[in-house]
Amino acid sequence: MKLLTLNFLTCAIKTCKSNPASFPLHPKDAELEQIEIDMNPIFIRNILPRLDWVALKTLSSELGLASLPEDVPTEEELMGEDGEATQTLKDLHVLLMETGIASGRLCCGACGHEYAVKEGIANFLLPSHLV
Amino acid sequence: MLPTPSTSHVDPSRIYEPAEDSYLLLDTLSSGSETAFLQQRFPPETPCPLVLEVGTGSGVVLAFVNAHAKRILGRSDVAALGTDVNSFACKAAAQTVKLAASESGIGGALLDVVLGDLASSLIPGSVDVLIFNPPYVPTEELPTQPENVADEGLSRDAEFERDSHLLSLSYAGGVDGMETTNRLLEQIPQVLSRRGVAYVLLCKQNKPREVVQQIQGWPGGWNAEIVGSSGKQAGWEKLCVVRIWRVS
Repeated sequence: MKLLTLNFLTCAIKTCKSNPASFPLHPKDAELEQIEIDMNPIFIRNILPRLDWVALKTLSSELGLASLPEDVPTEEELMGEDGEATQTLKDLHVLLMETGIASGRLCCGACGHEYAVKEGIANFLLPSHLV
Repeated sequence: MLPTPSTSHVDPSRIYEPAEDSYLLLDTLSSGSETAFLQQRFPPETPCPLVLEVGTGSGVVLAFVNAHAKRILGRSDVAALGTDVNSFACKAAAQTVKLAASESGIGGALLDVVLGDLASSLIPGSVDVLIFNPPYVPTEELPTQPENVADEGLSRDAEFERDSHLLSLSYAGGVDGMETTNRLLEQIPQVLSRRGVAYVLLCKQNKPREVVQQIQGWPGGWNAEIVGSSGKQAGWEKLCVVRIWRVS
């Protein structure tokens, strides 16, 4: 599962939704994979306002990835005057779209429940006593 | 007519295959009135829309919207996400979406198809376009949710039983065929963004006009409208698609 997907996911348990600690989910024993994907610079630029930058920084540091800039990159930092993608944009593409969790667990910071990731697919189905 | 994504890799013994209901969703989402509505709702240069299909099954609908994002949403910087309770469907749907995107060449970006119940693992206020082709057939009982689907070590009988159970989850809707749909409708006000819109398929036995009226009474200014239908003559399974959105 892509790192970008984690920007939109939280604990499936209803009562955790209002608890800020339930986001982002924390990867445990994560085995990472890189999958090459064509870069769409417009997509990266327009997904940026949707990212929780602080959460993304937490995730990449928990996964031992290169640290992100302190602040969200500006439009000028993403595309040069010639409209070419900058290194910053390329790095974001690699991080968000090409870096994924192949296996491991995702842990809720509020309730501690752990969701398994197998073959790149996260399992958010809850055991019946938690539904 | 936009091309329909290929689903020849989908195993019909354990995953719901594209059928009349799927095609009605494709026709509705690519109709002139809906593309105009969506393009006005998500103008280019606004943040990327997140499209979530709940219960993706074969993935044909999500693959269609993603591959033809430029024609449907007027932009190809679209993020596509799916959920399904069937792990076989999750894998197959991801493949369907990728295949269709590579054929169109200008599709949106598939995030993932995750194993999960409806939209329960989504961040509140995150979904811009939600699509649901529910288990809508009225049945005496609602099948139980799978907790964990074992892949290996099953006898042939056990495997057959598991696959039948997975298939039953794709159509059996319990009382009025609405038990699962009602749970999804409850999640909509929380999970949709301010600009969000949901498309939910219903059949005649679901009493679509009553559902529309109920939604119009939700607190916070909601509207709903039937924006597509099929099987108007003889077929007992008359289908329609309801669009749900915030008006305020």
